[in-house]
Amino acid sequence: MKKFRIALLGLVGVFIFAFTTKDTAAGYEIGDVATDFSLKNIDNKMVSLKDYKDAKGFVVIFTTNHCPYAKAYEERIVALDKKYKKLGYPVIAINPNNPEKNQDDSFDKMIVRAKEKGFTFPYLFDEGQKIYPQYGATKTPHVYILEKTAKGNIVKYIGAIDDNYEDEKAVKVKYVEDAVNSLLKGKEVEVKTTKAIGCSIKA
Amino acid sequence: MKFSFSILSLMFFMFFGLTSVAQENEIPKPLKIYKSANYEVKSFDYEGLEAYMNVKNDTTYVYNFWATWCAPCVKELPSFLKLQEAYKDKPFKLVLVSLDFSKSIEKSLLPFLEKKKMNVEVILLNDPDANSWIEKIDKDWSGAIPATLIVNKNQRKFYEQSFEYEALEKEVKSFIN
Repeated sequence: MKKFRIALLGLVGVFIFAFTTKDTAAGYEIGDVATDFSLKNIDNKMVSLKDYKDAKGFVVIFTTNHCPYAKAYEERIVALDKKYKKLGYPVIAINPNNPEKNQDDSFDKMIVRAKEKGFTFPYLFDEGQKIYPQYGATKTPHVYILEKTAKGNIVKYIGAIDDNYEDEKAVKVKYVEDAVNSLLKGKEVEVKTTKAIGCSIKA
Repeated sequence: MKFSFSILSLMFFMFFGLTSVAQENEIPKPLKIYKSANYEVKSFDYEGLEAYMNVKNDTTYVYNFWATWCAPCVKELPSFLKLQEAYKDKPFKLVLVSLDFSKSIEKSLLPFLEKKKMNVEVILLNDPDANSWIEKIDKDWSGAIPATLIVNKNQRKFYEQSFEYEALEKEVKSFIN
């Protein structure tokens, strides 16, 4: 009987383990520690989160050159960086797409696009598509707000930039701004996850 | 007597009032109708789409969420059209739900339909507050397209993926047979 109980406990343990690992494979949830990375920026220099000694956190945005939803947000992403970099939350943009699937996603086209749109933030290339699956990004644009703590960079918000992709003037709720504002005040982020339509990431 | 008459008339109005609401649900009023030489695309907000998807008959509906600018979406369209042709005598209906930007329908969607000469029903989902409706279509949908919903009065299944013909037909068969 005792043996049976131990076996049962073991079985439960295996189940818990199986489901926990499954969750990790599917990407981050709120409260998880986000991985740092070393990815090539459009100026050919490598960028890591740990380079930002004075940052309080990060607005990590998976975005790309050609996706119309990503394009619709380019100016809003520049505005976010301008507003929050000086407050300690810089934008870090990452192109997760495999350029072999679409030439418009190439590193050279990233340089062109960043120049055209006056990007004020690093625009990194996820070479080999290794970082975005760890975050669990599925589409562009897809935002992860991280707060720097002693334990690492903690995921505080996952989702959309705001509630209207088509018309900036019609935006009612600015999810990313609201989340960063709360973090700057040392408060809990109210809306922690949102969803948006986007271009699926091409691996 | 007067009292019972008013109750009766109240019941009468309630009955017909409800019936007319139910009918409206079956054919929701579009936000706008976009027209070109051979095509007509009605646009709906999510509420309209929901009424549109409110299945009450024996037909199996395939709703494909796509956009003209989405390369993997355009790539899989022929498989959906082939299925529509193969199932034309079955209780089956294909609806393409476009997520193109409403301001570019005349420039993007209508010319695309004219060029491809697609014989299919296309509607536009024009509801930019996507966070309010994505999970209502399916709680596991991240919002990436292409995505497909297959639904009839007994079953509902959602797929955040691209389809080849064989895989799509296999799924539809599990609804129809």
